[in-house]
Amino acid sequence: MKFTLLINEGPYQHQASDTAYQFAKAALEKGHEIYRVFFYNDGVNNATRLAIPPQDDRNITENWAALAKEHELDMVVCIAAAQRRGMLDADEAGRQGKDADNIHPAFHISGLGQLVEGAIQADRLITFGD
Amino acid sequence: MAMLHTVNKSPFERNSLNSCLTKSKEGSSILLIEDAVVGALKGTIVADKLSAAIANKNVYVLGSDLNTRGFTEADILDGIKTVDYAGFVDLVAEHSNVQSWL
Repeated sequence: MKFTLLINEGPYQHQASDTAYQFAKAALEKGHEIYRVFFYNDGVNNATRLAIPPQDDRNITENWAALAKEHELDMVVCIAAAQRRGMLDADEAGRQGKDADNIHPAFHISGLGQLVEGAIQADRLITFGD
Repeated sequence: MAMLHTVNKSPFERNSLNSCLTKSKEGSSILLIEDAVVGALKGTIVADKLSAAIANKNVYVLGSDLNTRGFTEADILDGIKTVDYAGFVDLVAEHSNVQSWL
């Protein structure tokens, strides 16, 4: 079965991103497909490549990135939500005249249409949020 | 197929569990995750309402979130089933759609 996950909460806030990650891992282990992981609202903060959590804590962004690499996951960050919160990839930073970028290369920026398309293409849409 | 409802906030903090119990249909399923697992405990002010729901709905709790908060299956209401993340995935697959009460 194909799942699309929607994550609306930032890392280390409550538990939504952790739950979504554990759910994705369990779904993949059971042979399901993750069609897309869409990061929206404060959920876009999960994509920062600059976070340095304590060494004995989980690194949420790197966990997602490793899972995406292993299973070729499509991890999409909502562009409007990202720009509001100062989340930019190198292309957007150049286009907006900013001097830095912070989105991890495992994630890519796109529009809300990708959430709609993900909901249509997948058998189930599951929302994890605050 | 019936709908799966997920609730992730404590009923002592938010009203989402109450909304879910009020709006969900008979035969549907409710999965308590994250802070909502405390809603499954015995002897709280929401216990009667949840016990009433167990009579005609399937109620589940995510075991790891329960254990993380220092509780075990002995602490929760009779009739609530415990699942792990694999069980969570199965519930999503077995139901027609998922409503997350945030």
